[in-house]
Amino acid sequence: MGKVAKIARRTFLVGSAAVVGGVLFGIYKVKKPYPNPLLKDLAEGETALTPYVQIDGKGITLMTPRTDMGQGAYSMQAALIAEELDVDLDQINVDPGMPAPAYYNRALGAESAPFKATDQSRKAETARGFFDAMTKLLGMEMTGGSSSVADGFVKLRLAGAVARETLKIVASQKTGVAVADLTTKSGHVILPDGKLLSYIELAPLVADIEPENNVVLRDPATWRLIGKPMQRIDVADKSTGQLTYGIDLSFENMIHATYKLNPGQGGGLKSFNAEPARKINGVIDVVEVAGGIAVLAKNTWSAFQGMDAVICNWEEAPYPQEMQGHWDILTKSFDRQYKDSRFLDDGDVDQAFEQEGQQKLTATFRTPYLAHAPLEPLCALVRYTPERTDVWACSQAPGFARNNVAKALGIHKDNVFFHAQMVGGSFGHRLEDEHIKRTAQIAKKFPGQTIKLTLKREVDFAHDFPRQIAMAKARGTTKDGKIQTFDLGIAMPSVMRSQMGRQGMSVPGPDTQVIAGAWDQPFNIPNYRVTGYAAQGLAPVSSWRSVGASTNAFFHESFFDQLCAQAKIDPLEERLRLCSHAPSREVLEKIKSVSSWSGTQRSKNRGRGLAFCLSFGVPCAQVIDVTSTPKGITIDKVYVVAQVGTVVDPINFENLVQGGVVWGLAHAMNCEITYAKGKAEQSNFHMYQGMRFYQCPDIEVFGLEDGNDIRGIGEPPVPPAAPALANAIFAATGKRLSEMPFHKTIQFV
Amino acid sequence: MSKLDINGKIYKTDVDPDTPLLWVLRDELGLTGTKYGCGIAQCGACTVHIDGQAMRSCSVPVGSVAGKITTIEGLGDKQNLHPVQKAWIKHQVAQCGYCQSGQIMTAAAHLNQIPNTTQEDMVTVMSGNICRCGTYCRMKKAIKDLVQGSSPMQEQKTNSLSDQSL
Repeated sequence: MGKVAKIARRTFLVGSAAVVGGVLFGIYKVKKPYPNPLLKDLAEGETALTPYVQIDGKGITLMTPRTDMGQGAYSMQAALIAEELDVDLDQINVDPGMPAPAYYNRALGAESAPFKATDQSRKAETARGFFDAMTKLLGMEMTGGSSSVADGFVKLRLAGAVARETLKIVASQKTGVAVADLTTKSGHVILPDGKLLSYIELAPLVADIEPENNVVLRDPATWRLIGKPMQRIDVADKSTGQLTYGIDLSFENMIHATYKLNPGQGGGLKSFNAEPARKINGVIDVVEVAGGIAVLAKNTWSAFQGMDAVICNWEEAPYPQEMQGHWDILTKSFDRQYKDSRFLDDGDVDQAFEQEGQQKLTATFRTPYLAHAPLEPLCALVRYTPERTDVWACSQAPGFARNNVAKALGIHKDNVFFHAQMVGGSFGHRLEDEHIKRTAQIAKKFPGQTIKLTLKREVDFAHDFPRQIAMAKARGTTKDGKIQTFDLGIAMPSVMRSQMGRQGMSVPGPDTQVIAGAWDQPFNIPNYRVTGYAAQGLAPVSSWRSVGASTNAFFHESFFDQLCAQAKIDPLEERLRLCSHAPSREVLEKIKSVSSWSGTQRSKNRGRGLAFCLSFGVPCAQVIDVTSTPKGITIDKVYVVAQVGTVVDPINFENLVQGGVVWGLAHAMNCEITYAKGKAEQSNFHMYQGMRFYQCPDIEVFGLEDGNDIRGIGEPPVPPAAPALANAIFAATGKRLSEMPFHKTIQFV
Repeated sequence: MSKLDINGKIYKTDVDPDTPLLWVLRDELGLTGTKYGCGIAQCGACTVHIDGQAMRSCSVPVGSVAGKITTIEGLGDKQNLHPVQKAWIKHQVAQCGYCQSGQIMTAAAHLNQIPNTTQEDMVTVMSGNICRCGTYCRMKKAIKDLVQGSSPMQEQKTNSLSDQSL
C-alpha cells in the first residue's frame, strides 16, 4: 500500500503537459495536470510510469486512449510511445484504458477556433489556446477531427521518454553504473558490459524514486519506427477472424436485445402492441425505452424478429415530413436572421458586381443528408449494479458515454467502468451514444445481468444522425482571364449545435463547420466572401467524415472550376496564381508534376478534373481522370497529394488516403438519405450502394513532409474527391453537376 | 436438433430451422469471425463456404444446410495461413477489418474453384462485398500477388524446377 500511495503523489504528466498544454489565461485548473488514472487500480508490484505506460509482471502495456475505428490509431499511438521507450511493437500490449481527463485531446480544441490553419498570427494562436483550455477543462477525451496524431505526436513520445529515463535511473541505482553509461533497447536497459536488465524486472523499483521529467526528445534522424512502414498490430487478427469487436462479445447468461425508435428522429412513442412479438420463439420481454421499444431475447435473431413484430404508433417527426420541406427551409435560410458567420470578406464583392467589363456567373448547389453506415452496426453491452456498472462499447467520446450511462442509471460516474472495444468503422457515427444510453436503461431493469444490444442494419440506417444537408448560392466575376470575385453563401443545419445539444452542451458563437473548407482556403481573390447561414428546423445531424468541408469543398471547388471555364483559363494555373500559402503551393506544384497536368481535356470523351481543399490543417489536391462511355462514366485514375508535416507510417498513410478518396467518391456517386413521411427512405445497402470494387480506380498517393506541425489524414482526402470528379465529368461531357448524388444527373458504369 | 459440419467438427444445435446460419454461428457456436453487416445478402460480411461455394450465411436457413461449412476460423490460422490471408497480411489490407472475413472467404472460394483466374475476374466476383473503409486498392495489390502466384505458367515453372531437382 505504501508504494501505491507514494506513486499517487506524483504527477508524471507534468513533463508533457508543461510542454504541450495550453496555459494562456493562467487559469490554475488549466495549468494543473490531470492525475494519472493508472494509479487508481495498481496492484503491488505494478508500476505506472506515466498515464501512457504501465509495466507489470505480465509485460509492458501502452495506453492508447484514442479510439481505433480502423484508421490505425492504436498502432500509431503505440509506435509514438515505443519510439522513445525503446520497446518493439511485438513486445507490447495496447489498452485503450478507462476514460480519464488526463487523456484529453488538445488538437481537437485548437481546431475549433475560428482561424484559418494558415493563420499563425497572435490573435489566431490566442484563440486556439482558448479552445484548448476549454477542451482541457471539459476533459474532452475525444477521437475526431483527424486530431489523434497531432494531439499525440509530442505527448506520447514524451511519455515514452519519461518512462525510459526513469527506468535508467532505477537501473543505475541497482547497479551503481552512471545513468550516462546506460543505453536502452527492445525493452531492456543495457549496461556497458552488455548485460541486460529487463524493464519488467526494473519496474517495481520505480515506486521508490522520483520520475525523470527532464527529458529531451530524440532527433528525427535517429527514429527507428516513425516514418518507416510498420506492420499494424491488428492486421493478422483482422485477416484470420480472430479480432474481437464489440459485437462479438458474449458473457454467461447474457440477454440479447435490440430496439426500434420513432423513425421520425426525436419523435415520441404514442402506444405499442407487443403481443405479436411475445409469441415469437426466443423472445423474453418487450420493454419501453426513450422514444421506442426494446425486445429482449435468447439470441440476436429472435430479438430482431420480435422487434419487427411489435406494432408501434409513433408521433410525427419534429421536422418536415417530405424532402421538399427540407429544401424549402434551406432556400429560406439565405437571410440575415439566419446568418451565422462572415469571417471572410475581402475587397468589395457588391461593388465588383456593378463594375463594367466583369463577366458574371451565378450557380446553386445542393448536397443531401448522408448516413455513416459503418459495416459493424451499433452495439453495446451493459451490466448494471448500483455499486458497479460495466459498459463494453465503442465511443469516439468515451467520457461522454460514461457520463450519460451514469445519468441514465442515476449513479455516480465513478461507478461506471467503460471498456472501449475495437470497432468495425465509425466515420463519426460513434460520436453519438444514444444506443449506449438506452442499453443502460434496459440493463437497469435486469440488475446483474449483461444486456447485449445489437442494432438491426435497418434500424442503424433509420437512427443515424446523418451528414448535414446543405445548399450553396454562388456568384462570381471574371475579367481579363482572371477570377475577380467569388461570393459564396452556404446554408446548412449547425452540426455542432445539433451534436453537442444531444450532450446537453451549447456551442458559443458561430459554428465554423457551416463554412469549413470554403472560407479558409489559401487564395487571394480580390473580392472574396463566404457567408454561413445556420438553418433551423431540419433533421438532427452529426459529424460525418470531414464534416462541413464534405459539402463545402464541393461548392467552392466546383464554382472555382466554373469561373475558370468562363474565363477560359487553366484551373491549376489560376489556383497557383492566386495562392501564396507555401505548403498549399507545394501541393499544387506536386500534383501538376505527378499527374503530368496539361489541362482538363485528355481526348474525346475523356476528361480530367482538379480540386483542392485545405481542411484540418492539411492542404490536399486531387486530379481525377474519367471516360464517358456509352454505358456511363468510368473513373480511371486518381492522383492525390497531401502535406501532413510528418508521415508516421507510409503504408497506413496510403491506405487511409485511398480510403478517404473512395469515401468521397462513393457518396458523391450514388448515396443520399431522403425523408418521406418523416422517415429515412434508405434502409439498407441495396439503397445505399457506395462504391463497389470494380468501380474503384487506381489511386496514386503522394505525401509531402515539411517536418513542421504534424496533421492527421483521416478526413482531408474526402473533401476534394467529389468536386474533382464533378469537374472531370464536365471536362469529359460538358455537363455541370451541381447536385449530389451525381447519379441523379449522370450514369456511372 | 440439427447437425452441422463446420471446419471439420460436428456441432449439434436445437435452434429453429429457419434461423439464418449466420446467427447460429455467432450466437450459438461462438464462431464470431463471420460478421453481420446487412442481413439481406447485400454486403458479403457474412460469407462462408458451403461445400467450397461462397454463400451469404445471413440468408441461408440453418435447416437447409446439408454440406460442409467452412468459416474464416477454419480457412487458416496464424500458424497455417491460407494464401489469401497471407497476401492480405503482407499488403496490410485491413483498416477496420470488419468486412475482411467476408472479403477473404469470397476471394478464397473463387481461387479454390478457378486457380488460374484473372485479376479482372477476381475484382468482378468480389464486387458483391462492400468495404466501407475503401480498402479496394490494397485488395487489388493482394489479389495481384495471388493471381500471379497461381497462374498456370508459374505453376508449370515450379513443376519443372522440382522435376529437375528430383
